Parts: sequence; structure tokens; C-alpha cells
Amino acid sequence: MSDIKEIISGICPEAEFVEGGESLQVNVPESKWHDFAKALHDDRRLDFDVLTAVVGMDWKESLGVMYYLTSTSRGWDILEVKVEAPDAKNPFIHTVSDIWKVALFQEREVYDFFGIKFINHPDMRRMFLRNDWVGYPLRKDYDADPAKNPIRLEDEINEDDTCSYVEDEKGKIKRVPGKVFEDDEYVVNFGPQHPSTHGVMRMRASVDGETIKKVDMVSGYIHRGMEKLSEGLTYPQILHFTDRMDYMSAHQNRHCLCLCIEKALGLEVPRRAQVIRVMMDELMRISSHLLAFGCTAMDLGATTAFFYGFREREQVLDIFEKTCGARMSMNYNVIGGVIADLHPDFQKDVKELIRIMPERLKEYHTLFTGNIIAQNRLKNVGILSKEDAINYAITGPSGRGSNWSNDTRKVRPYSIYSELKFDEVLESGCDSYARYMVRMREIEESCKILAQLVDNIPEGDIRAMNVPKVIKLPVGHWYQQVEASRGAFGVYIESDGTKNPYRVHFQSPCFNLIGVMDLCCQGYMIADLITIGAALDFVIPDIDR
Amino acid sequence: MEVKIKSMKHEDFKDNEYIDKLVEELNASGANVAVGNLNQLINWGISNSLWPLTFGTSCCAIEFMSLGAARYDMARFGFEVARNSPRQADYIMVQGTIVHRMAPAMRRLYDQLAEPKYVIACGGCAVSGGPFKNSYCVVPGVDKILPVDVYIPGCPPRPEAFFYGLMQLQRKIKVQKFFGGINRKEKREEFFAAHPEDRGKLS
Ligand code: SF4
Repeated sequence: MSDIKEIISGICPEAEFVEGGESLQVNVPESKWHDFAKALHDDRRLDFDVLTAVVGMDWKESLGVMYYLTSTSRGWDILEVKVEAPDAKNPFIHTVSDIWKVALFQEREVYDFFGIKFINHPDMRRMFLRNDWVGYPLRKDYDADPAKNPIRLEDEINEDDTCSYVEDEKGKIKRVPGKVFEDDEYVVNFGPQHPSTHGVMRMRASVDGETIKKVDMVSGYIHRGMEKLSEGLTYPQILHFTDRMDYMSAHQNRHCLCLCIEKALGLEVPRRAQVIRVMMDELMRISSHLLAFGCTAMDLGATTAFFYGFREREQVLDIFEKTCGARMSMNYNVIGGVIADLHPDFQKDVKELIRIMPERLKEYHTLFTGNIIAQNRLKNVGILSKEDAINYAITGPSGRGSNWSNDTRKVRPYSIYSELKFDEVLESGCDSYARYMVRMREIEESCKILAQLVDNIPEGDIRAMNVPKVIKLPVGHWYQQVEASRGAFGVYIESDGTKNPYRVHFQSPCFNLIGVMDLCCQGYMIADLITIGAALDFVIPDIDR
Repeated sequence: MEVKIKSMKHEDFKDNEYIDKLVEELNASGANVAVGNLNQLINWGISNSLWPLTFGTSCCAIEFMSLGAARYDMARFGFEVARNSPRQADYIMVQGTIVHRMAPAMRRLYDQLAEPKYVIACGGCAVSGGPFKNSYCVVPGVDKILPVDVYIPGCPPRPEAFFYGLMQLQRKIKVQKFFGGINRKEKREEFFAAHPEDRGKLS
């Protein structure tokens, strides 16, 4: 780390280092930020090629952004960069979306929530809220008066209008209006209520004949404002949001939030609880991939395959139900452990699941994977190169389908994953078929993990004994990542020492996935829009939060 | 007259007073024999072939998918023909949170449904905003923008609860007066009383 400091000081003498956090933090002045970012990305000694998280912040006296960068070539070290907007009244920060493409959407989110405008960003529209929304909800001084933003039943107007902010030589910032689609483009609208968008995503595709020229993703149709809600709640009270975000990764997401809080508190989780958590995570992953299989098949018209996928999924849900008491929204992990001990049938049921799964997977492959229609519709469709996957920070099965090794369980192991034997599944096809295959093979890997653990669940407590009654985190900020079913899920918590978090940010993998829809779909047929979306497998409430 | 649902006894339902009241009104308004029988025939038909409009916004929708799969199999009740176009559906199953941005689309879908139309609010979010009630951009219950017939609480409701709610809707339909639509109109009158500004806007 110290050599990194030297290199950074060499590039940007104004950079200040903040010690004492969990990873190295650098504060850079806004005026130097863009050049500095470029150096971080391009300098081979630094090689920060992944922008993991972009967290908008309101520190009351100033507004700004925390960037979390990491480097695939240098062991996934994390660097935090703090950039403050010079003028809190009229905040501007230079965009880095030209360097890391993932920032295209991430910065729009920051703009939507904090009103920070990004200079040279090509498309400064709101991300989640209506374009006639008044105010920026995550600012601390946001006026939540419902009279300002009543439930409007009229449609939004001027949906095609966008703008960007450019700087002239004298440093004056000018607003340049633009259009999402030109007037003579033929635009097809999908959603928000459409059976194959996997939720309430809205896509607008401009087409030339049947060929897609551009896709505009409009999200926010299920934006529930969890981050703001969290600020008014105590730590145990915010846990349940994670189950409802990506409900197909409920256990992993909640695990992540618990890990983050435990890290901040310095809590040691009993071994038994850790094993249970990991087993639940893997069960959840299996159920999620089964659902993804069923839905991909159904989107191609293979309804029978959907029934097969759901048949096994029900078996997993039964295991959950017996132990957690619910089929979905399990609310199982708690700070310091898990809420209830395993059901006596747990081991028996898991063994049964592991026993049948190989057979069933074979069945799926005969039924669907080998099918000529499925092959034609998935192979060589929706190509996403490895470079693009990294640049857009596409983690999870979708990124691994582009041969990018990014499994958080391997690259930055948490809980007991470092002790387990399993392979990271990689495919080099870079197309929809590769993504689909990664999922199917991951089911096998998850079964492997379960098989290692099912007879080795240690006795002991299921929850740490020393969890304080009132949970107050020390002053500071923490970032934790886990591998959810769809990729790296991150939680950022900033605490001011009280029992409510000062800021919580959920970095969801699906949010990045929609960022590549435009890239993946260009040049393919309009019918491929659905299969590409299905193979990327996004869950909309995870995007919108 | 008793409202019958196959394989579930009258006593096993909750909220029977509500249905009893509808029956009473129906009897009091005294339809003639021909129209009365025709009513019953039509209602029998509608209640056993309720086609939902799939409108799942979040978690609850996944449970609804389980309903469609083999284990819970809603085809047993005649609910299986989930339509994706409001023009072909009988009722909206609102599964999930409705947020401000979605509200206009939601209302438009409701307006596009053909009469007779019904709304079921599934899950805490659709009933009242659920865990997100206090959020800046969540509609605290779909009944703020649509008239709702049946509420199914839960987060998410179990598949059995979905069925229970759907059967309640069947019972309600069985006592409606298709010709003249007295009972059916009632909920809309209640809705308009609470939302006078919407009168005339809702078709
Ligand atoms: S009621 Fe619960 S399960 Fe249903 S949409 Fe709301 S949060 Fe999700």
C-alpha cells in the first residue's frame, strides 16, 4: 500500500491520505479529480480498472461522492476516493463516465438523489424519480412535504429531453440541451407492464427495420427509497430491506449488511452461525438460478421448462420454510448470527436436494439447453467482451460468462468461503448462452459447497452473545461486499456514532447490468431484446431499491 | 340464498358479514325471476373463469408465479389464464409496491380493463405501502388510486392466502347484480366519496 501512496503523491501532489479506515482513502480536490481518475485507470502501476461503487454523500457542509475503486490485476485492493463539490449550493463534479462506463448510470443516480451535476456527462437525466420531481430526496435538508410531490396521475412529459453540462475554456459551465432519440427515429416501447421485462423495467428501443439501434432503459417504476428510509431507522430495523431488494438473493444481501455492521462493531460471529449462513446463501443461489432458468425458458416460449425449474425451487423453499418460517422474505440473518436454529429435518432435506440435483440438471439440459431453438436464440447473441464487462463492472454470472474472474467468494473471501473447495465457473462465449451456462454450472458448485458442509455443521451458539442491546456504530464508514446470486452486492454504511446510520448505500449488481443493455442489444433483432435481458437476469427491485 | 364455493364451507371464511349484507341487498332489491337466474348464470361463469392481468412489480409477484407452477396450480380454480393485456383480463392482481412513477401507468391499466372489473391488492405494499409506507415516493396502498375489492395481507402472502383472497373475490362476484350492477357500483361510489376529484376521470 505504501508504494501506492508514493505513486499517487507523484501523480497528484494535492492528494491527502486518510488513515485509520478499513482501506486506503484519498481525498482529492475536485479540480484535479478527472486527471487523477484517468491516471488511476491508465497508469499500469496502479491499474484501477473497476469502479466498484459510487456513493453520493451529503456531509451537511458539503456535497460529494465517495468512489470505490479496485484493481483486478493487483489482488482486488480497494481504494476509496473522496471528492467534494466545491460549491454546496450549486454542486458540480467532473464525470468519470468516459473512463469507467459504469459511471454513466451511477452518476445519474447521484444526480437524482443529491442534485450533484456531472460536468461532461452525456445524459444528465433523473434516474429513478419522475422528471418533474421537486427536490433531491437524499439530501439532509430535503423537504418531504407530500404537498410538494403529490401522487401524480398524469404521465411525464418531455421524456426525450436530456441535457449535459459542459465547461468552456474560461471554466464557465453551460447547460446544453439534448435529445435521447432523434425526431425521425422509430422507437418501440416495452414496459413498464410487460411480462418479459422481469418486473417493471421500461425499455425504449429505437429500431431500423427489426434491428435495434439504441436502447434507453427507464427505471424507477419500483424505486422505494430504501436508502432514505434507512436513515430514519435503527440498524436492526434496516435489515429487512435487504430481503426485499433482490428477493432472489435475500440471504446473501442480508448477510452482507450483517457483515458490514459486525465489521464496524468488531463482533465475532460463532462458527455455527457462519456455516448456517453460508449454506443458506448457497441454497438461495440454487433457487435463484432455477428461477432464472425457468424464466429464460419461458421467455423463449418453453413453458414446460418453467414448471421443471419451479418444481426443484419449491424443494429449496421448503427447506427455507422449515427453518426460517417463510418461503420468501425470510428475515433470517441478524446482527451477530442467525435468528433461529436449524430445523431437525434440515440436513436430511439438503442431502435429498444434493442427491436429486445432478439428475435434474441433466433433465434440464435435455429438455431445454440442447434444444435447437434455445441454441439459436442464445448463442452469439448479446455479445459482451471481457473489457466491456470490466469497464461496466458487470459481476456475477453475467460477467463470468465473459470470462472475467470476479467471484467475490474467491477474490475477496468472506465468512468461511476461503476454507471451502469449489471452482469459480467461467465461460468464454461472451454471449447469452455463456451466461446461461454459468448459472447452470454454478448450481453444481453450490451443491458441492453444501455437500462439504452438511455433515460438518458445528455445535454451538447461533448468535454472538455480546451483541449490544442498543446498536451504535462508531464514527466512520465501512464497505462490505458479498457474492449475491447476480454478482457483487455491496453495502456502504456511514455512521456518526448514533443508533441510526448517517447514510446507507446499497450497491446492487443488477444496476450495472442494465447499463450494458444498450451495448449488448445494438445490432441484434428486436426479439433478442427479451432473451438478452433474460440471460443478463436482472431483478428490478434490486436496481431501483 | 347462500354463496357457495366448492370445497370450502361458509363458516370457514372470514368477513362473512360483508357478503351477507350484499346478499340481503340483492334480495331486497327484488329482481324478477328471469333476470335473477340470468344473473346467477353469468356470475357463475365469471367467477369460475377469472383471468388476472399480470401486474407484478416486486417480491409478491414471485409468489404469484409459484401459484402458476405445478405445485399450487391455480388452474384448479380457473385463474390460470394470466393475461398480459388489460383488454383481455377481468381483474388486476396488484402484487408489489406501487411508487409515484408507476401510479399513472397503474391507473391507465385499470381504465383499460373491460367491465366488469375488479382489483385485488396483494401483500402489505399494495394494501398500505407495507414496509415502505413512510417512503417519499411510495403510494401508501393502491386504494389511494384505484377502488379495491379484496385485500390480501402478507409479505408476501402465502400461496394459500392468495387462493383465499381469490375465492373471496369469487364469492363477491356471485352476489353481484350483473344487470343493473347495484352491488358492483357500491365500491366505486365509496371510492368517489373519498376521492371527489376523480369523479368523471375514471371510466
Ligand atoms: S408486501 Fe412484502 S413481499 Fe410483497 S411486494 Fe411488498 S415487500 Fe415485497
